[in-house]
Amino acid sequence: MNDTLLSVENLSVTFPIKPQGAWPWTPMLGLKAVKDVSFSIAPGETLGIVGESGSGKSTLARAIIGTVPTSAGAVRWQGTDLTTLDVTERRKHRRDVQMIFQDPLAALNPRMTVGEIIAEPLITHYPNTPKNEVKEKVRDLMSRVGLLPNLINRYPHEFSGGQCQRIGIARALILKPKLLLCDEPVSALDVSVQAQVINLLKELQAELGLSLIFIAHDLSVVKHISSRIAVLYLGRLMETAPAKELIEHPMHPYTQALVSSVPIPDPDAESNRQAQSLSGELPSPIHPPSGCVFRTRCPKARATCAENVPDAQFPHPDHAVFCPHFQE
Amino acid sequence: MRVPVMNRASIDAMTDETAVAGRSLWADARIRFFRNKAAVAGLIVLACVTIFALFGQFLTPWSNEEVDWGMLGQVAEVGGPSLENKHYFGVDELGRDLYARTVQGTRISLMVGIVGALISVIVGTIWGATAGYIGGRVDNIMMRIVDVMMAIPYMFVLILLLVVFGRSILMLFIGIGLISWLDMARIARGQTLSIKNKEFIEAAIAIGVSTPTIIRRHIVPNLLGVVIVYSTLLVPSMIIFESFISFLGLGVQEPSTSWGALISDGASQMRYGVPWQLGFPLFFFIITLFAFFFVGDGLRDALDPKDR
Amino acid sequence: MTLLDVKNLGVSFRTNDGDVNAVNGVSFSVKAGETVALVGESGSGKSQTAFAIMGLLARNGTSTGEITFDGNRIDGLAQSDLNRIRAEEIAMIFQDPMTSLNPYMKISDQMIEVLTLHKGMSKSEALNECVRMLDAVRIPEARARITMYPHEFSGGMRQRIMIAMSLLCGPKLLIADEPTTALDVTVQAQIMDLLSDIRRDFGTAIILITHDLGIVAGACERTIVLYGGQIMETGPTRDIFARPSHPYTLGLLKAVPRLDVDHDILPTIDGEPPNMSALPQGCPFSPRCTFAVDRCASDRPVLSQHGIIHRACHREAEAVK
Repeated sequence: MNDTLLSVENLSVTFPIKPQGAWPWTPMLGLKAVKDVSFSIAPGETLGIVGESGSGKSTLARAIIGTVPTSAGAVRWQGTDLTTLDVTERRKHRRDVQMIFQDPLAALNPRMTVGEIIAEPLITHYPNTPKNEVKEKVRDLMSRVGLLPNLINRYPHEFSGGQCQRIGIARALILKPKLLLCDEPVSALDVSVQAQVINLLKELQAELGLSLIFIAHDLSVVKHISSRIAVLYLGRLMETAPAKELIEHPMHPYTQALVSSVPIPDPDAESNRQAQSLSGELPSPIHPPSGCVFRTRCPKARATCAENVPDAQFPHPDHAVFCPHFQE
Repeated sequence: MRVPVMNRASIDAMTDETAVAGRSLWADARIRFFRNKAAVAGLIVLACVTIFALFGQFLTPWSNEEVDWGMLGQVAEVGGPSLENKHYFGVDELGRDLYARTVQGTRISLMVGIVGALISVIVGTIWGATAGYIGGRVDNIMMRIVDVMMAIPYMFVLILLLVVFGRSILMLFIGIGLISWLDMARIARGQTLSIKNKEFIEAAIAIGVSTPTIIRRHIVPNLLGVVIVYSTLLVPSMIIFESFISFLGLGVQEPSTSWGALISDGASQMRYGVPWQLGFPLFFFIITLFAFFFVGDGLRDALDPKDR
Repeated sequence: MTLLDVKNLGVSFRTNDGDVNAVNGVSFSVKAGETVALVGESGSGKSQTAFAIMGLLARNGTSTGEITFDGNRIDGLAQSDLNRIRAEEIAMIFQDPMTSLNPYMKISDQMIEVLTLHKGMSKSEALNECVRMLDAVRIPEARARITMYPHEFSGGMRQRIMIAMSLLCGPKLLIADEPTTALDVTVQAQIMDLLSDIRRDFGTAIILITHDLGIVAGACERTIVLYGGQIMETGPTRDIFARPSHPYTLGLLKAVPRLDVDHDILPTIDGEPPNMSALPQGCPFSPRCTFAVDRCASDRPVLSQHGIIHRACHREAEAVK
């Protein structure tokens, strides 16, 4: 397809883990943080990725941006498989995909001024840009993301969390990327500031035709900003569907539990909400359950679930459920 | 410091000329440091000692090698500190002016301390930051080299060097340079490991910044706080180290001297009733070390991020 | 019956950059067996209010005002008396359970210590009581797992253990400071269920400190909305959520995306959370308030009754929409 910006095909990320009491020559165990994940993004689209801690959603983002090595599968950027490129080639592609981070203050070098931070991508990829042009661009971007341009010489610790996240967004946008990876961009922010940043991201997206991958654990936020949502559990895809569809008609037992657990800030709606609680604990990612990884906590689990890794079922053409028993 | 609410209109109203200078973490630390009275006092003492070492010789007609023949043989009786014969600190057992010798010894001792600390800061920081940031096998090899060098009993090696190649100030610097950076490399590596996991490093990688630039631009500036604190504590330990070597009689060569050599000489003359020969060098030695420790303490408090 | 009564509580911290007034004149009360929410963002003073009640302020902090618990003043008590109250009357659980669990001690030893110290139980009695309590917070196979170390449990399990431990001496009041913020949403649902069961079974009053309005809606009878160290609005949760009469509460409720509603653009509260070392002279919310009038910047509004709700705002409740 021509209108695909990025496609991820059967991507797996495995981290080597030292077994307990290991000698230097003991073979490493593999922690499969992400396993066989596939999806694609069209220009201007927003894909939300939700999952709880340990679901591998941050690792997935890092595999796409290339700060974590992949062990199998492909990350295709407009047809080119990024995972096979060498370091210098890969570095050139970095200007197309940029990332914003969870902890707004920690993502900024405390010893650099805001101006230097925002300009860093520009002087890294275009080292010959004249100084005043860099400054001009930085000022433009600062006012675009809602920061006073006269604060260009300030340091990150002089800003609040919401402003730091704006700085991070400005830095990510200076190279005019086509895709913005947002890893929990608002979860460290106060409620009243969260909405500002979400709105800013939406505005920028509409204005610049950006694609977004929006990773978060907060379903309400993801639903608000995404056009499609993918649900991850223990590094595997459980369900992908258009945002509204996924929230209103979740098909996978895990998605159903997840959606029903989200509290609603309305006492009347809250008293009607029936939370389906999940039994048991998240299994160890080093020794995940065989077959479907969710079967140990699944209300619909049966013997066959332990045998085969479930294939995608399609109740609608754009709604994939990785559970053979979802209709029951 | 937070800035007030902003909206589009107020941004547009803002002109370029109104750029506000930021207060960097360094500036913050400086303010905190100067609030610490003990540290400021230490700094003043250090400044005085440095001025004394640099310009002290202009205040006396005597040089550090010249023997005052009139004193020889009756040092204990007439060689005490006196303003009349311009021997402000008295003379040593050979009739040489102790003031001039203390000035010269201060110069050598401070130089040893500062050169040792500088080598350790430069080599140790780069070595440690590189090993820590790159990690893996490179880290293993680089840090094992440090371990091996630490396992060598350097005092014996240094003594051997001084005996084999002769006693010279250059040899002393080489010896101190060889060992002083090892601890610093370890400290720098430890700090780098924690900085490496910060998100701004990941952000730099994602932007596409090259590894040497990340180390230079992002790792090292954030290491400097710890490095500076440690090096202010390293200077006195280098001075003590040199004094120990000199005390053994292996340090700088006559007629040059250092605090260690002066203290050693003074101590051996104690029973002849010449306390000034020990007192003056010891006084300078002690106030300098104390001053360094106070400054180091002040810097640590000022640069400690926990205080914020 | 009033269990806890806080009158005109103030908390300030002396720092290098001047005094920071974290809490300014907060008054509220908690009845026995009631669940009250303290809602606010960072810098609202919600945690410091709790720390002041517990006598756990950081060393550079001082508190003023009156705190009455069960009819007795507990502000300004000596450390030893405070320790007894903290163990037996008021318990507190935190966002990160690991801050109050000793990583080098078995769960059993940590729990037994509490009972032998404060209830004078024998070790075997105490052990049985601990297992019973872990069962009550629904830790599976409690008797086998009680000898494990804290790091061998997941985050949700640790929080359950913390809750069990805080309930050992049968406190009348449990202060839960962001108990589910570090947890996943499915685990959060379990912990909130657990807290409401505890309240039912043990009759423990709960002060729930949180920034999450969803949790408040589900769990609390009364809500206290804090901003800049002052109470903005307080009243029954249902009334506050159905008809917020304070601009801050209104803005906050609108700014949270809801799973059951489709929003196009989220209404926002402009500006940044307050800088506690430089609060405005008047209403702390006035710089961000769309309803603000001249007087808001200079006069601090006092909490006054409006129907069933108490609110601190110069504007009429009807004007705030």
